Amino acid sequence: MKKNIKSVDPATQEMLKWTEKECIETIWDRTKLQEPHCGFGSLGVCCKNCNLGPCRIDPFGEGAKYGVCGADKDAIAARNLLRHAISGSACHNDHGRDLALALLALSEGKTQGYSIKAEEKLKKVAKEYGVEIENKSLKEIAGEFAKKILAEYGQQTGELIFSHRAPKKRQELWRKLGIMPRGIDREITESLSRTNIGVDNDYKSLVASIMKVSLSDGWGGSMVATEISDILFGLPAPVRAKMNLGVLKEDEVNILLHGHVPLLSDVVAETALDEELIKKAKDKGAKGINVAGICCTANEVLVRKGIPVAGNFLQQELALATGAVDLMLVDLQCVMPSLARVAESFHTKIISTHEKARFPGVPHVEFKEERAVDQAKELIETAIDNFTNRDKERVHIPQETSDAVVGFTAEGIFRHLGGKYRSSYRPLNNAIIEGRIRGVVGVVGCDNPKNQSGGSHTKMVKELIAHDILVIQTGCAAVACGKSGLLRPEAALEYAGAGLREVCEAVGIPPVLHGGACVDNSRILIECCNILNEGGLGEDFSDLPIAGAAPEWMSEKAVAIGWYVVASGLFVLFGSPLPVLGSENLTRYITKDLFDIIGAGWGFEEDPVKGAHVLIEHINKKREKLNLRPMMHEPLTSKKDNDALVS
Amino acid sequence: MKKLYYDVSKCLACKTCEIVCAVGKSASKELFSSITEDTKPLTCVKVKDAQGKNFPIACRHCKAHPCVDACIAHALSYDAKTGRVLHDKDKCTGCWMCVMVCPYGAIRDNKKLKVPVRCDFCADTDEPRCINACPVGAIMFLEEDELESREQSKNKK
Repeated sequence: MKKNIKSVDPATQEMLKWTEKECIETIWDRTKLQEPHCGFGSLGVCCKNCNLGPCRIDPFGEGAKYGVCGADKDAIAARNLLRHAISGSACHNDHGRDLALALLALSEGKTQGYSIKAEEKLKKVAKEYGVEIENKSLKEIAGEFAKKILAEYGQQTGELIFSHRAPKKRQELWRKLGIMPRGIDREITESLSRTNIGVDNDYKSLVASIMKVSLSDGWGGSMVATEISDILFGLPAPVRAKMNLGVLKEDEVNILLHGHVPLLSDVVAETALDEELIKKAKDKGAKGINVAGICCTANEVLVRKGIPVAGNFLQQELALATGAVDLMLVDLQCVMPSLARVAESFHTKIISTHEKARFPGVPHVEFKEERAVDQAKELIETAIDNFTNRDKERVHIPQETSDAVVGFTAEGIFRHLGGKYRSSYRPLNNAIIEGRIRGVVGVVGCDNPKNQSGGSHTKMVKELIAHDILVIQTGCAAVACGKSGLLRPEAALEYAGAGLREVCEAVGIPPVLHGGACVDNSRILIECCNILNEGGLGEDFSDLPIAGAAPEWMSEKAVAIGWYVVASGLFVLFGSPLPVLGSENLTRYITKDLFDIIGAGWGFEEDPVKGAHVLIEHINKKREKLNLRPMMHEPLTSKKDNDALVS
Repeated sequence: MKKLYYDVSKCLACKTCEIVCAVGKSASKELFSSITEDTKPLTCVKVKDAQGKNFPIACRHCKAHPCVDACIAHALSYDAKTGRVLHDKDKCTGCWMCVMVCPYGAIRDNKKLKVPVRCDFCADTDEPRCINACPVGAIMFLEEDELESREQSKNKK
């Protein structure tokens, strides 16, 4: 049974034996206690939006067909789904706001340690927003630009500037369907109001609202977060780095950065290079200061600075259970509230730093941009002081690490494929048109103990690249594949189909490109725009042989991402289904009818290899419609059975 | 002769037992596909409430078993060795006498298949599915004396 195999990753397996022995509770233990999960919730047919209930619809059609208010299963499932999408979008949008506020603070001289690292990008984006850049200092430009972005959060009418990056045809469709977002905060508020009792009860109208609020994330908050992070912390460029728990060092001060917002973590990573601090660490008997990351904060500093990744979402408790972490800094999103309980067994200190996120038993040091460097120094000193409290007898660090080359952006592809002197997407488009590359799939999202952790990503991605599909990744999915060695350029020689392999060999890229954190899925949207602008592959996202997948999704943010990708015109495949199956109408609407309305829709397939073939079939159909040449090479029939990796 | 017992102080009426029971009676035995089967499976257990307490109700396989006496077609019988009420669906005429006489209201009618819906302790598995599904552990599958000793030790505390 798959339940016995908790993870494909040997470091995780080793740590799970250790945590069992040490009686440390992990997410896998808690999962077991929650199983079987409530069927009403899984099917999306329970509602607790008002005090008439809570209500449940009998999925077998025998008992209650309606909630007390009269809502049917279609309305209930759609309202619930909308709430998921709102919460997910709110996370990304607020993350974007944090960065916009930081950029504004920088322009006003109220930050410490920040600078504008991507000058060209700032100028380009500011121009998009109608900022006059002639004869202005970078700070002036940054200030005006940040104010314009922040104004879009409170905007009541009009459109988001970034949404105009989408193909004309797509924009027209959004306007026609009434789902073009008007203002970032407006869409969140309005859609949430729809889910109150007795407001919007038509599942089709609710789905439109889901798409609208999710678009305000993808072409709004997430894109804002990506663009400003690039401006403040630098445009990622390919960099070699290491992943997995083995990056923790037995003889160094270990600091883990966990969460999603790079505002403090980037400064900590930078400040840890300070000679004085390193000397202090040495005085305490450590050989140095080792900064590593968990979750998407990790991805942010990984793709920009090559800071190693200790693990993805499911590994956060295991990292603490090594007993080697002197300080973990947590900001927000995907931070398990159980961390303090794990840390209790060791000397490990956890400090929360973001005003929005507190954790029981975790001391809070609120991050302030104007003291960023001083705070980073103080926090690192806390870690150094704590190093001497480490019980060496109880340190248990698995040796596993994997190499990865990461940091591929929409801007970078111009140069990686076109070269420095004629940078262009032409070679990529040509490779797709000629049948070297079948298409592109973004395999993104979380890792989930319901699945065999990381196993779904690895299996799906291997199957895709064997069929000459270039894979783009972000978030925990990228780390899962990184740990399995798929982010190495050499992976092309081992696992890629002949066509994809030729391209990877010619330009020296891995067959699986890591683009950053989960907000950076907005990069994938821009990459699709660039491919369309280059020409030859249709006029709209829905023409492209491109799709998205999240085989182990768990966060509401994944729901929002999935929806903005669908609303942008790309097919999305989730592993376990969205909680909609209790409503036949809603299920049919989003898995079939939507294709005729928005040019894309949803698929659900829990088996990752079968899922890969659903994606391959989808891409084949798009190739056929575009009249592209037949594929040059047969897919690679894997000599290494997928299951070999599992044992 | 293990039987199902319910702790009324724990039951939160989440109806998870109803769901897993129906899934267990489906052809696919899997939640997502069971709800789309042509003949919808029916749960043998129903969560009810009285006097401020919730409790699942399913066939008690009781010693009195008036349903067996009432069955005009002799489809229902009592196996004294296992202490279970058995049902022969080939003999059943769907007259619903059993439904009417059950003092617990634990037998329901499947109008489509014309057979009573009755708990058979999940005859196709080792244990009834509901016991492990209950998130609060309110459902127990025990021998009678086991239950008594549990009650006694509980009272001592």
